[in-house]
Amino acid sequence: MTISWLYIGIFLVVSLGLPAVAIILAGILAPKKPSPEKSIIYECGVDTHGETWVQFKAQYYLIGLVFLIFDIETVFLYPWAVAFDRLGLFAVLEGLLFIGILTGGLVYAWKKGAFEWA
Amino acid sequence: MSLSDLLILLPQAFLLVWASLLLLVDLFISKERKVITAILGAAGLAITLGLTSGQWGSRATGFNQMVVVDNFSVFLSGLFTLAGLVAIVIAYDNMRRTGIHKTEFYSLLLFSVAGMMLMSAAADLIIVFLALELLSIPLYILAGLAVPRAGSAEGAIKYFLLGAFASGFVLYGTALIFGATQGTSLAGIMASIQSGTAELPLLVIGAALLLVGFSFKVAAVPFHMWTPDVYQGAPSPVTGFMSIGAKAAGFAALIRVFSLAFPSLAGQFAPIFAVLAGLTMVVGNVAAVSQVSIKRMLAYSSIAHAGYILMALVPLADPSVAANSTASALTYLVVYGITTLGAWAVISAVENADGGDTSVRDLSGLARQHPWLAAAMTFFMLSFTGIPPLAGFWGKFYLFRTAIEGGYTTLAIIGLLSSLVSAWYYLRVIVMMYFRESEAGASRAPSIQIAAILLALAVLVLGLFPSGLFQLALQALANGVS
Amino acid sequence: MNTIPMSYYLVLSAVMFTLGAIGVIIRRNPLVMFMSLELMFNAANLTFVAFSNAFGNANGQIFVFFVMVVAAAEVAVGLALIVAIFRTRHSIDIDLMNTLKN
Repeated sequence: MTISWLYIGIFLVVSLGLPAVAIILAGILAPKKPSPEKSIIYECGVDTHGETWVQFKAQYYLIGLVFLIFDIETVFLYPWAVAFDRLGLFAVLEGLLFIGILTGGLVYAWKKGAFEWA
Repeated sequence: MSLSDLLILLPQAFLLVWASLLLLVDLFISKERKVITAILGAAGLAITLGLTSGQWGSRATGFNQMVVVDNFSVFLSGLFTLAGLVAIVIAYDNMRRTGIHKTEFYSLLLFSVAGMMLMSAAADLIIVFLALELLSIPLYILAGLAVPRAGSAEGAIKYFLLGAFASGFVLYGTALIFGATQGTSLAGIMASIQSGTAELPLLVIGAALLLVGFSFKVAAVPFHMWTPDVYQGAPSPVTGFMSIGAKAAGFAALIRVFSLAFPSLAGQFAPIFAVLAGLTMVVGNVAAVSQVSIKRMLAYSSIAHAGYILMALVPLADPSVAANSTASALTYLVVYGITTLGAWAVISAVENADGGDTSVRDLSGLARQHPWLAAAMTFFMLSFTGIPPLAGFWGKFYLFRTAIEGGYTTLAIIGLLSSLVSAWYYLRVIVMMYFRESEAGASRAPSIQIAAILLALAVLVLGLFPSGLFQLALQALANGVS
Repeated sequence: MNTIPMSYYLVLSAVMFTLGAIGVIIRRNPLVMFMSLELMFNAANLTFVAFSNAFGNANGQIFVFFVMVVAAAEVAVGLALIVAIFRTRHSIDIDLMNTLKN
């Protein structure tokens, strides 16, 4: 018990120490030549234009919600896919029925225009 | 699982398949012909009603004892499908008039009915939880069906938050019970309690959490705060369906769980049920008196009626009265269901076309313009009050009688006094309709009028021949519960 | 490997459940209330998994699958309601939702 806590302690020290050493060393060794271009906020790609707090289109949430539902259904499909060869014909048909119901939901969302971005 | 399991749940399975197909078929029905969707929805419910009543008299368990179909479940399934049918009839006219005719209503209603039916057949806490969610989630959406209207969204989000809160309690209670008894099937829980292997403290806490969760669903005081807002905000036909469907399903679960899984705990829970029932009756009736909006008034009245029914669950531990008291609860659910659906049908007809709130004043002078609607509403209000010879009187009579037989005379007296208070606000509606000058507008659609009149007739017939329904309720308990 | 006593799981899940319940009651932002609800659901899930592991039967774990899916469906409905409300009134504070009154 105590020995495992010791391991955690050692890992903690090492994991805190490594980045600390790297940052301090870089601070000491690096040459310092500041310029206005260098001191702007770092962002990947080109500079942003206009307000950053834009409202997302409602469509964005709609697709997010649809994704959420379909994503979580895999929780049932995964165990079924792993073990369906041992479950017998009935379970296979059951799984297919489940996918069929999901497809029905997809058709409904599609037809209602949930995936149209315009 | 096999095909025979599926046959046991045929009504529920059929309804779910029908609802899913309806959702898809509706996509291909043109806007002017949406009446087809309504008719198909009603047809689905009618076929389900036929299938489920065919199961009367037999008893079968399936899916590894996770569901049980007996007279109790058939009795309640009948109630749910009939309530759904009436809701469709009311909703078609009301939703078109108030400009919110969204045809998802029919599929969602069917899904919710299927959840309620599953709830009445649940023999395992997993099924109780799944059925609870299957019936609740469509109801959250239905409550928000009129969404650009501010009140509807507000009611829906409140219903959603408190409904999910209640589900959390049910779920955590189930988890603790699973820990205490190593199983979730109701029979297994009882066996574990009887053999003394159950961990009692954990079990009692779990059962108490379940009770809290279901109290939210049936809107018992002090877990009733959501009811007025939701009833006021939701479209009237939805409220009508919710006021009986969700309540009856909650009571179905309470009766099943407390009489099948913890009969030995029922004695310990009797005082809690008694306090809940007393509080619910008093608070519901007193708060209803001061309401201006008729939708809020009926919301508080539905709370009060939940209190009356809770009274029947108090003497559950006493085997000599248990059957009678549970049967009186079922009887009252039917009587209350018919009456409340009727009252909401009339409100749906009277509601303004903008779907705004309906106050008691909006009914004034209804008798002159719409004598049939006013007459039906009079029947419903008198039945709510419990005036003989209407059905409501007999419903209350059976409830109060079993409370007294069980030795809870005080509770019966509280119930009687609080229903005297209720007479004031119910009779105010009648006075408004008959003795006030004003032109109350209402829908002249024949479907809604016929529904209201038929329900009023049912109230009268059940009042004139009350024993038939009570005998049926007793039979419903004969081959399963108690 | 040391086994962790059952009571640890139970205490943790009880704390989670209580925090979730308090969160739903005192917070006023529906999104935070959702998170609190999820905390309540996951407290129950933790209890199920812990007991299931202790008893050596899989029932509890299967229950957790159902709970996860049901919770996701529930959240989808709730988020859709919030988006709908936000589009009509540009605020989702529960305390400002007081049009439903007598």
